[in-house]
Amino acid sequence: MTAIPLGVPRRLVEFTLDGQEARVPEGSTILDACRAAGKDVPTLCQGDTLTPKNACRVCVVELEGARTLVPACSRKAEAGMAVRTDTERARHSRKIVIELLASSVDLSTTPQVAGWIKEYEAKPDRFGPDAARLDEEPKIDNGLYVRDYDKCILCYKCVDACGDQWQNTFAISVAGRGFDARIAVEHDAPLTDSACVYCGNCIEVCPTGALSFRSEFDMRAAGTWDESAQTETTTVCAYCGVGCNLTLHVQDNEIVKVTSPHDNPVTHGNLCIKGRFGYQHVQNRD
Amino acid sequence: MDLHFGDSKPTDEERAAIDALLGPAESSWEGAARDEMRAADLRWARGGREARERRDLLLPGLHAVNDRIGWISEGALDYLCRRLTVPPAEAYGVATFYAMFSVKPRPATVLHMCTDLACAAAGAAELCAGVEARLGPGSGVGVERSPCLGLCERAPAALAVRAGDPVRTAVSAPTTVAWAAMAASAPDSAPEEPPAAFAVPQAGDPSLVLLSRVGVVDPASLDDYRAHGGYAALRRAFALGPAGVIREVTDAGLVGRGGAAFPTGRKWQATASQPDHPHYLVCNADESEPGTFKDRVVMEGDPYALVEAMTVAAYAVGAHKGYLYLRGEYPRALHRMEHAIGQARARGLLGEDVLGQGYAFDIEIRRGAGAYICGEETALFNSIEGYRGEPRSKPPFPVEKGLFGKPTAENNVETLVNVLPILTRGAEAYAAIGTPGSTGPKLYCVSGSVDRPGIYELPFGSTLGELLELAGVRERLRAVLLGGAAGGFVRPDELDIPLTFEGTRAAGTTLGSGVVMAFDETVPLPRLLLRIAEFFRDESCGQCVPCRVGTVRQEEALHRIAERTGAAAADDIALLREVGRAMRDASICGLGQTAWNAVESAIDRLGAYE
Ligand SMILES: Cc1cc2nc3c(=O)[nH]c(=O)nc-3n(C[C@H](O)[C@H](O)[C@H](O)COP(=O)(O)O)c2cc1C
Ligand code: SF4
Ligand code: SF4
Ligand code: SF4
Ligand code: FES
Ligand code: FES
Repeated sequence: MTAIPLGVPRRLVEFTLDGQEARVPEGSTILDACRAAGKDVPTLCQGDTLTPKNACRVCVVELEGARTLVPACSRKAEAGMAVRTDTERARHSRKIVIELLASSVDLSTTPQVAGWIKEYEAKPDRFGPDAARLDEEPKIDNGLYVRDYDKCILCYKCVDACGDQWQNTFAISVAGRGFDARIAVEHDAPLTDSACVYCGNCIEVCPTGALSFRSEFDMRAAGTWDESAQTETTTVCAYCGVGCNLTLHVQDNEIVKVTSPHDNPVTHGNLCIKGRFGYQHVQNRD
Repeated sequence: MDLHFGDSKPTDEERAAIDALLGPAESSWEGAARDEMRAADLRWARGGREARERRDLLLPGLHAVNDRIGWISEGALDYLCRRLTVPPAEAYGVATFYAMFSVKPRPATVLHMCTDLACAAAGAAELCAGVEARLGPGSGVGVERSPCLGLCERAPAALAVRAGDPVRTAVSAPTTVAWAAMAASAPDSAPEEPPAAFAVPQAGDPSLVLLSRVGVVDPASLDDYRAHGGYAALRRAFALGPAGVIREVTDAGLVGRGGAAFPTGRKWQATASQPDHPHYLVCNADESEPGTFKDRVVMEGDPYALVEAMTVAAYAVGAHKGYLYLRGEYPRALHRMEHAIGQARARGLLGEDVLGQGYAFDIEIRRGAGAYICGEETALFNSIEGYRGEPRSKPPFPVEKGLFGKPTAENNVETLVNVLPILTRGAEAYAAIGTPGSTGPKLYCVSGSVDRPGIYELPFGSTLGELLELAGVRERLRAVLLGGAAGGFVRPDELDIPLTFEGTRAAGTTLGSGVVMAFDETVPLPRLLLRIAEFFRDESCGQCVPCRVGTVRQEEALHRIAERTGAAAADDIALLREVGRAMRDASICGLGQTAWNAVESAIDRLGAYE
């Protein structure tokens, strides 16, 4: 999201961001303001097409007068606030959050995290070799996508995308609680016995690669996944009249996965099973 | 939403349990048998908003099945989802959130054995081992270790629950291997619990304000309640009008007793003035803080007082519906409150026209199902609404968007009961009790190494030492836990701390929910700290990273240093501090923010690992 209003003009809210005057349209979050001012605040559970759950707490900033830090991704800017984004206190929390996550789940396919680990001097190993980890086996129960919850940071994005924010299928939710909480379908069943309609919108929003195309998963396992060798082509889905935009990711002349541009005003990155997974016919050249 | 249901069918008994709550299914669209084509099936248009609005019956529905069968099968869950138009994945997420529910088969009888602080100090570990040896596989009893059951004055405690129609429960406290086994094998013939007044060592003392009726009135009799001054406060409230009631409560200086110490008058004023309607009143009777049992004793000993107080509060904030969210592990408080609400309704003290004043108000009880986090005010709303008991982020605050997204005043049981003397005595007389910063009487839950554990009522301002004196503190006191697991430890040489909000704050600690647990030198401190860490790890809802993973890392560190001190523990203590700081700063709710308090205070004030 940008801080530039697209609809009816909104009133501007004035507050200070790291000591400097900031003006953002009413309703903007602190994160919007940070991004508009070119400040880099790390985020994980925030997504450009979803209302953030503010569960990861990696974007916390210091708000003058508040007892605790506040999540920049969800806290609306209010007139007169004094916000500091880069204090020792905020950096400390971010560092610990990154360490806690990296020590408990596999972040190897989470973009940007390696950079933050360096920047914040996080040492995920310091909790010792016996630190509890998720240690989940990938769930491979269908030909379309794989659920590897060993990589899941419980950002709730897939739940929201499958539920009332986009797809309205409600096939997944969080089950259990605390450290044992897991993303699951009803009765922890295989995906094929669940309400899933394979739109793949959950894969689209997953920030860690916990949800991935079967094709990507298999290629990674075989060591042949190579993003640098991929090209991306955005085109129009030919199946039906909705006309969703598809971005074809092609490696070695094969479509390896399909995403959809989030800034498309009609679909915001959402597709149905045909657009998302129905690309094999393109590659059947015999 | 496009709902998908599996093929699992409920058994007849599961169906009956759910139908007893919701009425029989009207059409095969919502789960009725498809054997005969019903007229309703052909033109069935209910659904959409109307059906979804019953989502809040999910928790009662899960209770209905769990009560009758002892666990919740796929077929039962799917049938409940069909009836309520709830996606099965979400209902599964809700069912697995609560400790009292099981989605796996288990014996019809479950014995919950408390292993928390007071019970641990009273030998719960050996007791559990003994009970497990006695009630092994084949006994038909599932033994489960439980966090504090709110019976700390009678530690060690056990609660037996036998599924059936009706569900049978038996509380055994103080318990032994033999008593616990008996409660589990024959809950119907287990000996009665002692009366509530047993938990009030000062019972009958004429100076009592909040506890004056406990042990004096018959908790089943509305007439007796009225004969002892009941419903005078509500009459005065009607005479004052809502704004007048709020003024009295504000002038009285009443501050919330649920732990967060928020001024009640301000909360009520903020709720009452919201333009959005309806308004709700919620009474927080979840009371799952280890060491806390005051709300249970009030509800068991003087249930009409809470009914009356809720009516006054609802009138003040403009609510016509109140929810009493009652901890799932309190069978007797549940029965007493159900009875009291029923009687009040029958006598026109609840319902369409309360006391003939043209004001409508009714109370619905919602049972929790074993989740400490549901005491957090916004998690409680989610729980009532049929969602996972996960706290919401604030703002918006409940006074603006609370239960069902509407303006809501949520108060603790003890807070509400204070409103009665405020109205009957007047704000000024009430405010004269206690200190200027902390007015009125306060209830304390005293347990552990004392001769007379129980609920004590003292005016704010008495010292910790005076309270412990009353309770008969034993020799060789090692530490006092003030404010419960989310509170902090103080040393035996700090007993002159005044028990007020400002006094405890000045002493760098907190009153919290009024817990005072005394531990003498026989209690192994590192084990106690581990238990506290384990409690928070178990009870974290899992939503935010600092709390979900931080509580695990803290427990691991405490395990590592359980047998170590000095330099050997220094690294891990540094780690605990760093993680604790981030938890306090960055967690969404009070659970994560306070989870490290008690352990930190034990390190800093007691020198726990020196
Ligand atoms: C983890 C957690 C658990 C809580 N449990 C309870 C509880 O069991 N009972 C209660 O009254 N308040 C509890 N609270 C405090 C409530 O959130 C809320 O502040 C209180 O009910 C407000 O009532 P009061 O203003 O009358 O104190 C808890 C808070 C947290 C963070
Ligand atoms: S699977 Fe992905 S999108 Fe879903 S909660 Fe986990 S990390 Fe987030
Ligand atoms: S993705 Fe689905 S909805 Fe969109 S154009 Fe293709 S077939 Fe139609
Ligand atoms: S602090 Fe803990 S209990 Fe509170 S929201 Fe976060 S995970 Fe849940
Ligand atoms: S990005 Fe803000 S809390 Fe996760
Ligand atoms: S009942 Fe066991 S500690 Fe409270």
